[in-house]
Amino acid sequence: MNSMDSSLKVEIGSYNSGNIPPLLHEIRHALRNLLDNGETTTIDLRGLPMAPGEQQQLLDILGKGEISVYLDALGKSEITESIYAGVWLIIHYNSNGEVMGKFIEITRMPAILKAQTADMKGSLAALQKMLEEL
Amino acid sequence: MSNNKPLGQALREQGVSRRGFLKFCATTASLMALPPSMVPAIAKALESARRPSVIWLSFQECTGCTESLTRSHAPTLEGLIFDNISLDYHHTLQAASGEAAEAAREAAMEENKGKYLLVVDGSIPLGNPGYSTIAGISNLEMLEEVAEHAAAIIAVGTCAAYGGLPHANPNPTGAVSVEEIIKDKPIVNVPGCPPIPVVITGVLAHFLTFGKLPELDHLGRPLSFYGNNIHDRCYRRPFYDKGLFANTFDDEGAKKGWCLYKLGCKGPVTYNACATIKWNDGTSFPIEAGHGCLGCSEPNFWDMGGFYNALSESTMDLSKSAAVGIAAGAAAGAASGLLNRRKKSQAAAAHETVTVKDLTREEPS
Repeated sequence: MNSMDSSLKVEIGSYNSGNIPPLLHEIRHALRNLLDNGETTTIDLRGLPMAPGEQQQLLDILGKGEISVYLDALGKSEITESIYAGVWLIIHYNSNGEVMGKFIEITRMPAILKAQTADMKGSLAALQKMLEEL
Repeated sequence: MSNNKPLGQALREQGVSRRGFLKFCATTASLMALPPSMVPAIAKALESARRPSVIWLSFQECTGCTESLTRSHAPTLEGLIFDNISLDYHHTLQAASGEAAEAAREAAMEENKGKYLLVVDGSIPLGNPGYSTIAGISNLEMLEEVAEHAAAIIAVGTCAAYGGLPHANPNPTGAVSVEEIIKDKPIVNVPGCPPIPVVITGVLAHFLTFGKLPELDHLGRPLSFYGNNIHDRCYRRPFYDKGLFANTFDDEGAKKGWCLYKLGCKGPVTYNACATIKWNDGTSFPIEAGHGCLGCSEPNFWDMGGFYNALSESTMDLSKSAAVGIAAGAAAGAASGLLNRRKKSQAAAAHETVTVKDLTREEPS
């Protein structure tokens, strides 16, 4: 069981340490860069200092937009577009449901959603084999 | 024991999709504290990576480093052992014991001569060899024997990296670090008491991915994890900048989460990744729990002065002052003896023993 699912609830204090606005500016700059130059940006949330509750504050500000996708490969992954088009939250879990990575991607579509050439080649061979056996 | 297929091929044969492999690469990059832009390079390198043989030696240690690793969530230890590395000897974790365990170590050394990775936790006593032995072999002898044909050495924990607690004054066993004995092998230090588990696995993952050790700082630590001090990456840093401090552990400042500098936090002089990677699956770290950093990833942290003395306070080393004072007293007689006593008294005041009173004292304003 994930420790966060425990019935024991701990109230998280509200800190105003000022770490959120710079990150939101970074996201704004990245979105501008995507529009102007087509360049994508990935922000690894594990590498940033956050006060208790601040990550949740950030996620609340970004909100949930029109698209939520669930991926099932080596554990679940949640890929959600925020209310700001082009700003995505990606959370990777392992097979035990523990968080392996948490990223904000500023892109038209996260690369992991695209069908991969190696997988498509494998699928083509599998389809062909299946049809030959029909 | 060794599965010598490249990782990419092994994963495909297990039915892992390319998409799953890319997810694995993204989380591995995060694990190694590498920028997400490195993911394509990591994918390319991991595609052809082969599992290295690892021999893990535990010397004068408390097993806290192994405990840290086995409580690691990312990746799980089982995954680490069975998928990414071939852990051929670890006397706490392996099923074999006695002669069979030592035979496994010797076999792994012979099969992977010049290619295996040696992980060491614990310091090595240079005093009586009987202070610490494994299968009757002294720590010094075993280290020298296994290090001779290792590709590289990872010194895990502050004891292996810098001597740690066994090395603390008065160092009764003559404890030293790995790099004080082995001079002709690449050594990476992964200090901490214990180190953050993903830092241990991150260094292993870096070796697995790139076949070499990561870039190191002047104390032999991987820059990707030890490149910033705790203070600069601390979420309480903005309070320090504004001059907002907790003066006791239960005052208004403490309740508001202000900076713990005045309560002895060693964050400004401690290089580690606790403030960002955190502990217990990213839940928290000491400063977030309300206690200052002890500086456990720095050499001689146990002798750096009181844990509750602010860095700006005097932290004169009592042992050195006393030793100098005693020598001076013996040579120059009573006058020097008086000076010695005064110095000792000042030093004792600076290097006070921690009491409950210290934990609750008010800082002079």
